[in-house]
Amino acid sequence: MINLRDAGAELWEGWNRPKRVAFAILAILAAMLLPYAGRYSLTNFLNTPISSYQAVLVYPVGMYILMALGLNIVVGKSGLLDLGYVAFFAIGAYTAAVLGTHTHLNIWEIMPFGMGAAMIAGVILGLPALRLRGDYLAIVTLGFGEIVRIFIINTPSIGGPNGIAGIPQPPTFLGQAFDIEHPDHFFWLVVVMICVVIWMVRRLSIRRPGRAWEAIRQDEDVAVLMGVPTLRYKIWSFSIGAAVGGAAGVIFASQQMFVAPQSFNYNVSVLILSCVVFGGMGNIWGVVLGASILSYLPERIRFISNARELVFGLALVLMMNVRPEGLLPRKKREHLSEEERAALKATRAAMKASKKSESKEAKN
Amino acid sequence: MRLEINNMRVFYGKIEAIKGISVVVNEGEIVTLIGANGAGKTTTLKTISGLRKISEGSIIFDGQDISNLSAHERVEIGISQVPEGRGIFPGMTVLENLEIGKYFRKNRASEMAEDIERVYTLFPRLKERTSQAGGTLSGGEQQMLAIGRGLMARPKVLLLDEPSMGLAPMMIQNIFNIITEINKSGTTILLVEQNAQQALQRAHRAYVLETGKVVKEAKASDLLNDPAVRAAYLGTGANNPG
Repeated sequence: MINLRDAGAELWEGWNRPKRVAFAILAILAAMLLPYAGRYSLTNFLNTPISSYQAVLVYPVGMYILMALGLNIVVGKSGLLDLGYVAFFAIGAYTAAVLGTHTHLNIWEIMPFGMGAAMIAGVILGLPALRLRGDYLAIVTLGFGEIVRIFIINTPSIGGPNGIAGIPQPPTFLGQAFDIEHPDHFFWLVVVMICVVIWMVRRLSIRRPGRAWEAIRQDEDVAVLMGVPTLRYKIWSFSIGAAVGGAAGVIFASQQMFVAPQSFNYNVSVLILSCVVFGGMGNIWGVVLGASILSYLPERIRFISNARELVFGLALVLMMNVRPEGLLPRKKREHLSEEERAALKATRAAMKASKKSESKEAKN
Repeated sequence: MRLEINNMRVFYGKIEAIKGISVVVNEGEIVTLIGANGAGKTTTLKTISGLRKISEGSIIFDGQDISNLSAHERVEIGISQVPEGRGIFPGMTVLENLEIGKYFRKNRASEMAEDIERVYTLFPRLKERTSQAGGTLSGGEQQMLAIGRGLMARPKVLLLDEPSMGLAPMMIQNIFNIITEINKSGTTILLVEQNAQQALQRAHRAYVLETGKVVKEAKASDLLNDPAVRAAYLGTGANNPG
């Protein structure tokens, strides 16, 4: 199996700083040009039938990448299984909806409130729930996701089952209007947010919190014995993940201009988790790739209507058999070293040669 | 420095695993807890390090009652545990495993290089394997790494849980030699062992645990010659009295 992850890492290691910066800028520019790919004959295979290609790039593609990156902090980095991640997305979206319709704050000003509300929810959920482990934690978070949705349905003051309409769109920024005519501008906004999150996660991973999360993920009891305040770091992981989900929710609400509880059901949590697992838990680039594929594919094959669910399922089953650790898994240190790999190659060659000579002898 | 456990009781649900034991570890000693499976040795260590909650009684360390401190705070005040089964982080390299042993100390930056060097002097094998993943080490090397990592926090008392488990006789000898060496350089040691022979030879004092109670407390050398202990834990009593 080709190891794309290691090949990429090797290439990156070999570059100096200006080369890296140039590559990063080019990659971001390429991503920002994606909304226009549908117009040119060379790239118009990307066009999605039925739904608008540019809108698809914002939701689901961009949003799913953003949320998958947030969930990756919780599931991939610290190993906490969260099945109710949609709750934070919903809290962000509803914060934007309520503040946007009841106050004169614009979306940029609402953003910190949305993220803050999601973070506080993360801490409130985390304090009791993170004392549990594994399956028990998964069940509590699953319950939390449902509680938030059902709470919204049963609270008439925030629209109940009808949701909230008339959420303001972001004001014009640097001459870019954010409205229904310009999904490409929303996409740029999401790309910028994705870049910020990637930068943040990379910084955190190589510093103390990253080490602490890694220790907690590999063995929580031993992490405690090393003096890691595990509950504190788990709550940090939970609330940082939640803040990213909240930020995605705010953008979602202002782009759609309408939120309703049915957008935040359990399916979304599972889908986001699938994105993380499909791409490769714990590896940012894997998660980005996984989320792009799993959000884009169903839209691209929408013309086969219900059968697309089948294709989606098949893709998951196939991938889990071929690459059980995801498309681009996290770096594995348990792999063979260079010398061991060379030795193994030699052994295999010898085995092959002896087999050949045996079969020749048998023929003679 | 003195670690004092007074009348400690620990429950797993409704089952009482530790039924009121009292153990004292004085500065500079090697104290060992021996006993059969299920006697409560590991539970005792886990309760001292804070992984399990104490139900009754108290743990006094350096004159302070630490019964309610959380586990990571106990590391800060100088209690380190080397867990049963080594507990190496398999995906981290040897060096990273050592580094995380010190990760949460206040003046880690200034101490790091010195302490890593100290561990490498104690275990030269680890130095050869410094950038190898913890999961790829042999059992003996993992045990060395676990002990080295425990030392990184500069503990006043090191709790060792079955360091000889699953190791070859030569390696067991080696590990026990190093434990003695660590003790001589000033670290107090509380040792839990199935290998009573080795443990009693190395320790100053010993406690014999049976189903959650201390049934005997004596100098280790005395227990080595105690007929009841020989019969029960050293496997020589029946055929070879005296």
